[in-house]
Amino acid sequence: MKYVIIGNSASGIAAVSSIREYDKTGKITIISSEPYLNYSRPLISYLLAKKIGRNQILYRDKDFYKKNKVDLVLKRKAVKLNLKRKRVLLDNKQEVPFDKLLIATGGKPINPEVKGIDAKGVFNFVDLSCAKRIEKFIKNNKVKNAVILGGGLIGLKAAEALIALNIKLTLVELADRVLSSTFDKKASLIIEEALKKHKCDLITKNTIVEVKTKNNIINAVELKDKSILHADLLISAIGVRPNIELVNNTSIKTNRGIIADKFMRTNIKDIYVAGDCCEASDLISKTKKAIAIWPLAVLQGKIAGYNMAGIRKEYPGGFAMNSVELCGIPTISAGETNPVGTQYEIISDYVPKESIYRKIVLKENRIVGVIFMGKIERAGIYIGLIKEAVNLASCFFSESGSSFSKKEYFLKDNFGLISLPQEYRKYLVSGEVAII
Amino acid sequence: MKKILIKEEYCMGCRLCEVYCLVQHSNTKNIIKAYKGEYPKPLSRIVVEEKGYESFALQCRHCEDAPCLDACITGAMHRDDETKAVLCDEDKCVGCWMCIMACPFGVISRNVYDKKVASKCDLCVGEETPSCVKHCPNEAIVYEEQK
Ligand SMILES: Cc1cc2nc3c(=O)[nH]c(=O)nc-3n(C[C@H](O)[C@H](O)[C@H](O)COP(=O)(O)OP(=O)(O)OC[C@H]3O[C@@H](n4cnc5c(N)ncnc54)[C@H](O)[C@@H]3O)c2cc1C
Repeated sequence: MKYVIIGNSASGIAAVSSIREYDKTGKITIISSEPYLNYSRPLISYLLAKKIGRNQILYRDKDFYKKNKVDLVLKRKAVKLNLKRKRVLLDNKQEVPFDKLLIATGGKPINPEVKGIDAKGVFNFVDLSCAKRIEKFIKNNKVKNAVILGGGLIGLKAAEALIALNIKLTLVELADRVLSSTFDKKASLIIEEALKKHKCDLITKNTIVEVKTKNNIINAVELKDKSILHADLLISAIGVRPNIELVNNTSIKTNRGIIADKFMRTNIKDIYVAGDCCEASDLISKTKKAIAIWPLAVLQGKIAGYNMAGIRKEYPGGFAMNSVELCGIPTISAGETNPVGTQYEIISDYVPKESIYRKIVLKENRIVGVIFMGKIERAGIYIGLIKEAVNLASCFFSESGSSFSKKEYFLKDNFGLISLPQEYRKYLVSGEVAII
Repeated sequence: MKKILIKEEYCMGCRLCEVYCLVQHSNTKNIIKAYKGEYPKPLSRIVVEEKGYESFALQCRHCEDAPCLDACITGAMHRDDETKAVLCDEDKCVGCWMCIMACPFGVISRNVYDKKVASKCDLCVGEETPSCVKHCPNEAIVYEEQK
């Protein structure tokens, strides 16, 4: 059996591990356009900030490939698929035949189409080479003022790094607040206040219309409102989209991303897909969606790997969630954090002085979204309840039959498994602890 | 692998397991020093949940299909080849708390007293029986081979 995996990151590596659980001898080839052994993309901000060393960026040990008998082809881009003859064509004209193929090509940054965006000193922040080039540019050009375009997760992680490097920073965001797609207003405000404390200026409802240069090196940016910001460095972080270039003009079905069925197969036999390049089941919208997060890239890669090795396993579906410390404040958000409509019930607890905010969004007695900031202990329990769509109606009454407030129930300090319906507790520990 | 089983009906909520877990994970392994004088502060990796007369002790279940392993962005969270226990490599951990988000049991906590790292049950690596089990006066947690 010949397995070929395109992409040497979260999904590709997870697929190798699950293939090898069942197939010890099949030939596995990984093709990667990057020059590095697998590393963790979410750690590039830690690397830039010098919070971790060069070796700590590695996700799996160096001997991962040897242990799992993987042929690793680095610095080679897959440029074309021949579906009929089951071959991957590389940029050096080499053809790699496969019996089972996994497309795990990840995401691609979106850039604004403005004058000067190709100038020196303008970067994306999506992979290790970006981080290395930024580091070098900062050093060589003695960068003092930087602008980040985009106040989403990646923009904020880049901001963290530049703050740690003592670079004077302005964040420009088109929406009226940072993290507008995953946080609500109160949560955004806590982070905005913290950014200010760290001397990061924030400009909202605005964007860059031109990158000004001198000798093709950035020296300022012009905003929509005509104001000019002096800048020696610009990081463009307005978003990523599924990287599906390779399958354009093939019969592999795509929407925004490549469409995956519940076994992480594409519509073409023996071709699988996983990670940021795909659209798979979203448990909240009940549609297929591209959700670009590490845990789902790993889970999808793992499921794809099992099915490639002939072990039928279903992808249970996922939903957007993230955990990140920003300006020293731990934050976790998941699901629908800011819904509109009368069918939603909000329970929350807000102590802005201590940067504490906890919010639970309920729909028909089921949790559909949460935000935890400052105090994230046991957040996973609530997120498990979203995943399993547990009906909590029975929990809002004490044994004597009197009801207590939902706030008291969810946000008291001793909330735990003991607060949950007995059946769910049993289910959680099924096969492991039958007694709970 | 051998796992810690929870016998809810025997738990009296005495919390001795929490005490001995903390001591086991301290530097001095001395009860008084561990509580009063140690820095970074040792943490208990087991929690006793209580509601009315009900109580039970809960720690990492070392799940067969562990969500924390998928969620970990650094590769710090790993399964020990030999014992199959889910362990956190504290040198690799950067304290992003993805594991806290992913664990449906809520049994991973933040250790922020030194370098920020995820803190969880390690089945008392190297000990024959985990300390919480050894010191439970009523066999409300037991250490047994699981299929
Ligand atoms: C700065 C940053 C911070 C992040 N932080 C978090 C976080 O805190 N939490 C979280 O959950 N997620 C985070 N993410 C998202 C997370 O990194 C992604 O979800 C994850 O990396 C997706 O993995 P993947 O395997 O799908 O693809 P990717 O990691 O994108 O890897 C795809 C690989 O395929 C290669 N490739 C693409 N096309 C080809 C081709 N044609 N031929 C050969 N090779 C090819 C690419 O070079 C790349 O190596 C972050 C991302 C970034 C950029």
